[in-house]
Amino acid sequence: MTETHANAGHLRELISFRIGAQEFCVDIMAVREIRGWTAATALPQSPSFVCGVINLRGAVLPIVDLAARLGFESSETSERSVIIVCQIGEQVVGLLVDAVSDILSVTDDVIQATPDVGSDTAKTFVRGLLAIEGRMITMIGLERILPELDLEAA
Amino acid sequence: MDPLESIKETFFQECEEQLAELETGLLAMEEGDTDPETINAVFRAVHSIKGGAGAFSLEALIRFAHVFETAMDETRSGRLAASNEVVKIMLRAADVLADLVRAARDGGSVDEALTAALTEELKTLGPDGADEAGGEEDWGDFEFKPATVELDLPPAPTGWRVRFKPRADLYAKANEAAILLRELTRLGPAEIELDARELPALSDLDPEAAHLAWTVTLSGEADEAAIREVFEFVDGDCELEVTPIGGAAETAETTEDNGETFDIGALLAQVQADAAPQPAAAPEIPTTSPAAPAPAAAPSPDTSSPPDGQASARKPEAGATIRVDLERVDRLIDLVGELVINQAMLSQRVMEAGFARASGVAMGLDELEQLTREIQDSVMAIRAQPVKSVFQRMPRLVREVAAMTGKPVRLVTEGEGTEVDKTVIERLADPLTHMIRNAIDHGLENPDRRAEAGKAAEGVVRLSAAHRSGRIVIEVADDGGGINRERVKSIAVERGLIAADAPLSDEEIDNLIFMPGFSTASEVSDISGRGVGMDVVKRSIQALGGRINISSRPGKGSTFTMSLPLTLAVLDGMVVDVAGQTLVAPITAIVETLLPKASEVNSLGGNARVISIRGGYVPLIDVGLALGYRAEPLPPGQGVALLIEGEGGARAALLVDAIQGQRQVVIKSLEANYRQVPGVAAATILGDGRVALILDIDTIVAVSRGTETLRAAS
Repeated sequence: MTETHANAGHLRELISFRIGAQEFCVDIMAVREIRGWTAATALPQSPSFVCGVINLRGAVLPIVDLAARLGFESSETSERSVIIVCQIGEQVVGLLVDAVSDILSVTDDVIQATPDVGSDTAKTFVRGLLAIEGRMITMIGLERILPELDLEAA
Repeated sequence: MDPLESIKETFFQECEEQLAELETGLLAMEEGDTDPETINAVFRAVHSIKGGAGAFSLEALIRFAHVFETAMDETRSGRLAASNEVVKIMLRAADVLADLVRAARDGGSVDEALTAALTEELKTLGPDGADEAGGEEDWGDFEFKPATVELDLPPAPTGWRVRFKPRADLYAKANEAAILLRELTRLGPAEIELDARELPALSDLDPEAAHLAWTVTLSGEADEAAIREVFEFVDGDCELEVTPIGGAAETAETTEDNGETFDIGALLAQVQADAAPQPAAAPEIPTTSPAAPAPAAAPSPDTSSPPDGQASARKPEAGATIRVDLERVDRLIDLVGELVINQAMLSQRVMEAGFARASGVAMGLDELEQLTREIQDSVMAIRAQPVKSVFQRMPRLVREVAAMTGKPVRLVTEGEGTEVDKTVIERLADPLTHMIRNAIDHGLENPDRRAEAGKAAEGVVRLSAAHRSGRIVIEVADDGGGINRERVKSIAVERGLIAADAPLSDEEIDNLIFMPGFSTASEVSDISGRGVGMDVVKRSIQALGGRINISSRPGKGSTFTMSLPLTLAVLDGMVVDVAGQTLVAPITAIVETLLPKASEVNSLGGNARVISIRGGYVPLIDVGLALGYRAEPLPPGQGVALLIEGEGGARAALLVDAIQGQRQVVIKSLEANYRQVPGVAAATILGDGRVALILDIDTIVAVSRGTETLRAAS
């Protein structure tokens, strides 16, 4: 099911997904594939939001628990958890989410600017808000999803 | 890339092959091989380098190659016996030639004095030193002048008539008649007549066929061999008659040419302008580069017959090998690595699904497994090269070090055909160089000391390679005095490397020389004492995933044994369990495994513990704790300890929960999609499809020593 809001401006497609009761979305162009959860191998000395690494057809893929990364409660992983495999620059990273819900086709004018909030996490990751059928969907920017060396202590 | 540059690159690659050939041949001659084919091979190698160098106007190289070739030719013709002294000069000349090739390629400089000295020495071997020296000024602009050679021959003819009729093959092989003719004109005043009688009308013309012939009347002192050498590279692809004029042998075989007489310049202009009789793909030949440089000096009657060996020796090479971009091979190796993992996963799944061993599915899978293994081996074999390429550099080194130390040395190499991954070979040269220097400088005694011990004056250094249980084993052995254990021990004590009363076995004493900061030579010598000790050798071997050992027998000599993996794409690992995680420890680092009893483990306070092993204490590192997989160390008496030897020979014991087994694993990068993780060298994928981390033992040991912390190490 695709909802189109063709008002004006650049049309873009987003993939929306759910973490707990919250809905988020990312640009579909960054998404390489979506796959089911497989147990990850824990990495020593890693931030809590890095679940570990899994084998993606021979490549070693780090998995980021998006809930923990965004400052929510860590996701409880289950067989129904989903990994969204994303291309971020040169690297490929898996995002752990609860479920993928929708593909949205929206124009830029539907995306509202992030209201001024005090949270650093929000400033780092939130790129905008969408109001669709009374639900709020938060658009996430992926550039800083992986830990940077200086952020590791956080 | 500029086409000429890429040709040049190929030329330098071929030069390396020729140099190798040259050295192999000369070494065989030194051993007493007098087979004309060996001597011819050596001559050809020098000649080919000279020819190629001529094409690129590498003058210093041509000049030296020319003098070398001249001397070689004396040997080839049998006028100069290939005595030991002569071959020794030639071996050194081969070294200089190699230097010149490398200087031409990399733009470096060469030892001018050495080159000049060798040039002089070679000239003394040549047919007539004085003549050669007199011709020197001509080499500046590279016009080869035929040298006057006094030979016991019938009165020389006053000139030659050369009838040259190319066949279509000559053009098909991208040769060019005009260039050959131009070469001929360099031998002396020439008159060239074109015989175009066979040229059909344009409507009937087959552009791929050859229709032209030439008759060249050459006056001057050029001899038949020189003329034939011009056509050496088109031998068999043309009809060639060389008949003397004015000499006794002149025959009345004058062709009734109705062709016109051409000025050579006009002829060249015409041949180049008139593309019709030429093959369409006639290459552009730089005007400065004669395809076959005219021979200059000392041609002998023996060379007058076209060298058969040349044609036959060159043929098998064509088509037998191809040059492939290394990246393509590496990509293939990556893919096969994934195939192997996938196949292992599939097998495991099928077993889990409860198929019987004898079921069709399981049997099909077995076959698949076999095939996969074979593919993997074959693909790895593409990257594999014989160690010959690095062994070949050693004879020269031995000559140099022998000359510097004044010790006569003979190098014996074995197993040069043993193959190993290209990367391993490349990184083997430095440690081998160092070990051989060491063997001659420190291992072998002086000649008088050898005489006292009743040994031959000439020391023997043996370099050998062999495959042994999936690894390559390389040995450097000398027949010197062996390690002076008393001295080694006293030095180690003096330098504070060991306690004065440390109880050490002979083997342990021998291995002290690998400790950083140890150097046995009392005075630092020019050869091996360059501030790098055997510890550097050991580290570079370990970096390759290898191990090095020494065994020594007093009075009999020492043997260094290196054992290296055949490839760097896979690793032999010990698969272990730590706090519920599966980890891989590189087997090369593991000395032994043991089950520590509670009584052998002592606490030094905090989490610092030591384990007693045969009376000594080594730090016991709980891997789960070090990597943060658990907060409390395993209680004493539980788990398995891996006794490991890290960088610089420091020993430690790594405590893990259990050992699963030994396995060959494919190395995968963590950095590609994530970043470096301290304490982890890389990752791999196990048969169940899960990622397992490969331990970086050196970092874990360094952390346990307190010299750094894992966080700081990041």
